[in-house]
Amino acid sequence: MQILIKGARVLDPGNLDGKKNILVKDGVIEAILDPGDPVPSDSPDVQVSDIQIPDIQIIDASNMVVVPGLIDIHVHLREPGHEYKETIESGLKAAAKGGFTAVCSMPNTIPVNDNSQVTSFIINRGKAARSAKVYPAGAISQGSSGTSLAEIYDMQQAGIRAVTDDGLPVENSQMMRRALEYCKGLDMPIFVHAEDKSLTDGGSMNEGPSATFWGIKGIPNAAESAMVVRDIALCELTGAVVHFCHMSTAQSIEAIRQAKKRGANVSCETTPHYFTLTDEAVLDYDTNFKMNPPLRSEADRRAIIEGLVDGTIDMIATDHAPQDVDEKEVEFDKAAFGIVGLETSLALSLRLVQDGFLSLTDLVVKMSKQPAKMLKIDNDIKPGNPADLTIIDPEIAYKINPATFISKCKNTPFTGRQVRGAAFLTMVDGRIVYQKNQ
Amino acid sequence: MRFEKKDILDIMSLDTKEITMILDTAQGMKEISERPVKKVPTLRGKTIILFFQEPSTRTKLSFEIAAKRLSADTVSIAKSSSSIVKGETLIDTAKNLEAMNPDVIVMRHSSSGAAHVISKQVGCSVINAGDGIHAHPSQALLDMMSIREKKGTLEGLNISIVGDISHSRVARSDIIGFSKMGANVTICAPSTMIPMGIEALGCKIAKNMDACVEGADVIIMLRIQRERQGNILFPSEREYASLYGLNPARVKLARKDVIVMHPGPMNRGVEIASEVAASDCSIILDQVTNGVALRMALFYIVAGGSRHADSD
Repeated sequence: MQILIKGARVLDPGNLDGKKNILVKDGVIEAILDPGDPVPSDSPDVQVSDIQIPDIQIIDASNMVVVPGLIDIHVHLREPGHEYKETIESGLKAAAKGGFTAVCSMPNTIPVNDNSQVTSFIINRGKAARSAKVYPAGAISQGSSGTSLAEIYDMQQAGIRAVTDDGLPVENSQMMRRALEYCKGLDMPIFVHAEDKSLTDGGSMNEGPSATFWGIKGIPNAAESAMVVRDIALCELTGAVVHFCHMSTAQSIEAIRQAKKRGANVSCETTPHYFTLTDEAVLDYDTNFKMNPPLRSEADRRAIIEGLVDGTIDMIATDHAPQDVDEKEVEFDKAAFGIVGLETSLALSLRLVQDGFLSLTDLVVKMSKQPAKMLKIDNDIKPGNPADLTIIDPEIAYKINPATFISKCKNTPFTGRQVRGAAFLTMVDGRIVYQKNQ
Repeated sequence: MRFEKKDILDIMSLDTKEITMILDTAQGMKEISERPVKKVPTLRGKTIILFFQEPSTRTKLSFEIAAKRLSADTVSIAKSSSSIVKGETLIDTAKNLEAMNPDVIVMRHSSSGAAHVISKQVGCSVINAGDGIHAHPSQALLDMMSIREKKGTLEGLNISIVGDISHSRVARSDIIGFSKMGANVTICAPSTMIPMGIEALGCKIAKNMDACVEGADVIIMLRIQRERQGNILFPSEREYASLYGLNPARVKLARKDVIVMHPGPMNRGVEIASEVAASDCSIILDQVTNGVALRMALFYIVAGGSRHADSD
């Protein structure tokens, strides 16, 4: 079975940008053709137009953009342990609908992914889902308790691509130092959940005028940036690869900007909610606006966009965190943190292109190429590579409706938001894992 | 004027006309408590549930007496005796209460916004008797009533509020209410107890206690909640008292006819010296008396009076 993607702009930053046809065969990219080129046939003496080739599926992608499969480097799939919130299958299918061909799953499941058995379980379930791919992150420490190292090499053999205790910081600085040194020897990146818990101190939204108004205990910017500064220092001490997750504050971005100027091996991600919303959107104790780190001030939101524009922020992730209604429809301070993001990320991120902050090329770098590089995935659009592709319809306009989500949870602050752009088709290993209804 | 709202959730949602109407109604209610037979039939046949999930003596008692003086039936449930301890969610508990057809639920809860959450779930009226560190509207209204009674108006008054603003729902509701009614509000506390952006609610921050009380018409002292914090917000009660305690020397900096208030319970010798609490300028017990009248007014307007014209 062959698939021909016709008529699209093919955009693979640093590699390709132009009208091309892509021929996919047996799960891999067979050929990249100019629009007039004939499709290569198995019988060399017959040159036929593609329409007449039997056993070929034509995908008309006129006015669409084909990009290397988008990769979400920060996703909570919840399985094992919280299958009522999300399963590996439902999460990967939600990812596919959002245009992602792969995700990196966080290890804070029950049990924690701190050993190779859990890693293998996640990878096997991921394969069985026959949807987007999963590249698990393992825990830094046993049980993500921050006290003793997990068997990182063993998990690496089983397939993890990074380690993190995400959801929790590694509070002990000496522990973090040793983890970084150990991971350096394994060429394993560490994803940092930067939070000084003593500064968070039970807070549940950004510390600022809105929190004061609603009487909600605040989380100061410094709860994040103080840890970012510490881990930059430890990165420079050890030379390990440090990646900061879900950056939300101006101070963190500035610290990372300066560290990069000094040549430190640091990178970072933000999420659509931090460049789209502020703490002023937290109205009437709506817990769909509660996540950690919290929505920040307008000055922070602008600083996040500035960081995306000048390249300080390398990637856009979602921090997809499904939470059941029972954990959300309660008092604000008792509600669980987190929002779903897989099925809204692309549209919200395309807004940066529509508003002129980023080129589409920049966006693809942040949503595909940089995450791929971090996870050691070669997703260039070139013959011989797996056909992991996302076809984006950049113009389709619609309102975000959680009822259409594939994810098991609907906890989004973006209900009813008017957006433009969506995945038209997602292909993994040459299989169409999502196609938008016409 | 009719009161159109179902609930009394916070001061922010009341406009100045509604506040004035509540204060006027409360002033009229006050006389009932001075009669030999302290009961009128206004809310006969109405059921009021007092749903208190945080310890409270004075507020709960005040609401209960207010309801009884209007002939309503009251039922109290406390956290320890409710299904909350069996793991029932707040919303489920509230829906169960509603299924018993109360007319009003008076609610106190340790989480900010709890009364808002419940008001959207139930059809009966909800009166917020204090939610977390967010709002305590009946206290702010009785404070306004007490000030107005002594000063005639709130407009143009200099009102100082001193104490743990961060953890005080009374402070937030007072600041919003006083500034709505035209008073100039100044607050003072160690910086550890002043929440970020509090000025936006309608107040200025004084640089020290003397500056805060100088020229004040009204001084409100807030309770230092010893049970709430360790030694991280201030080092000792001794040091707190010397920096922020209201003593006779500081009272002298205020206007001659200053009134001193406190929502209670007081820590004598910490935020307020006993001489000050006992002096003529103190109206602390008038606040308690007015509290009953004010809460009678709240019940009347949501359950008996102008919102339901047929029950008159």
